[in-house]
Amino acid sequence: MHELPVMKSILDIVLTQAQKHHVLKIRVIHLEVGMLSDLEAEWMQRYFDYLSRGTVAENAELKIRWIPVVFKCQACGTSMEADKKRLQDIVCTVCGNKQMDLIAGREYYIKNMEVE
Amino acid sequence: MQEIRLIDIKEEILTDNKKSADELRSVLKQKKVFLINLMSSPGSGKTSLILKTVAQMQDRFRIGVLEADIDSMVDAEKIASAGIPSVQLRTGGFCHLDAAMVQKGLEAFDLSSLDVIIIENVGNLVCPAEFDTGAILNAMILSIPEGDDKPLKYPLMFTISNVLLINKTDYLPLSDFNVKACRERARALNPHIAIFETSSKTGDGISTWTAWLTEEIHKSGFYEKQSIKQP
Repeated sequence: MHELPVMKSILDIVLTQAQKHHVLKIRVIHLEVGMLSDLEAEWMQRYFDYLSRGTVAENAELKIRWIPVVFKCQACGTSMEADKKRLQDIVCTVCGNKQMDLIAGREYYIKNMEVE
Repeated sequence: MQEIRLIDIKEEILTDNKKSADELRSVLKQKKVFLINLMSSPGSGKTSLILKTVAQMQDRFRIGVLEADIDSMVDAEKIASAGIPSVQLRTGGFCHLDAAMVQKGLEAFDLSSLDVIIIENVGNLVCPAEFDTGAILNAMILSIPEGDDKPLKYPLMFTISNVLLINKTDYLPLSDFNVKACRERARALNPHIAIFETSSKTGDGISTWTAWLTEEIHKSGFYEKQSIKQP
């Protein structure tokens, strides 16, 4: 839903880096996105293409690695992955406690980019 | 053909917003203003609940309301007609508020004459959850007609909220909404979330919620009694 502002942030960051490193063309941008995000890869690319027209990032491909949702048990400290669709059922597999803190799954991270 | 190089970036995309939000919080701490970000889907009763909340708390706190709307002034007019200082922020199609927009909206207030500001965020359970507004407290409303399954559909919103108001409880006799199941679903996502059942129509539960909120404001460090504050 808010792909546009998020893609604008990504473009601003990569263009700043591109200028710093005298880049002629950005080919691939590697992103890491938490699975709790509601962004769709297809729309991210479309919005990015729209925003990046006429810049060195034009036609750059977004490669996204999706980061799983991870909870940590408040009682015993064990971390475990959770299925996004079954978050309400999450129970510690070690001690059976239901009090869990979210520790991963909300990331929006630009890892690196392949450039010319 | 140019050689391909790899440039490490290692940057969180929402860093800029998080930074602005933290900056805003430090300004608010200095000015002693408690900022609340109220989120919900459209039609859950945000504006009415704000009116009820302010009515119950205005003898203790000087309260203002920052209204965000995609392109109308309907809510701000309602708030202003109740005599509450209000500012309308038109998001121009944006589905959420971010810290920079909130900061701009706050510039229109005289912060030295207010203790509490409530942001009425854009009606939407998805996008506002992703963007830190600089608020000290994230509050969300889920109303009875929306259904008790919403924690399953919009988990992030329930995860980032400090308090959930299950609103329009006057609709319960007409509905198969399971309050207990809803509470359990919300707590499974966020064990720290405070939950209250409210009805703006009957007034049920409003005083329990405002008593809790008053306590939160007092212990936050973002409040100073009026008498100490410069007019």
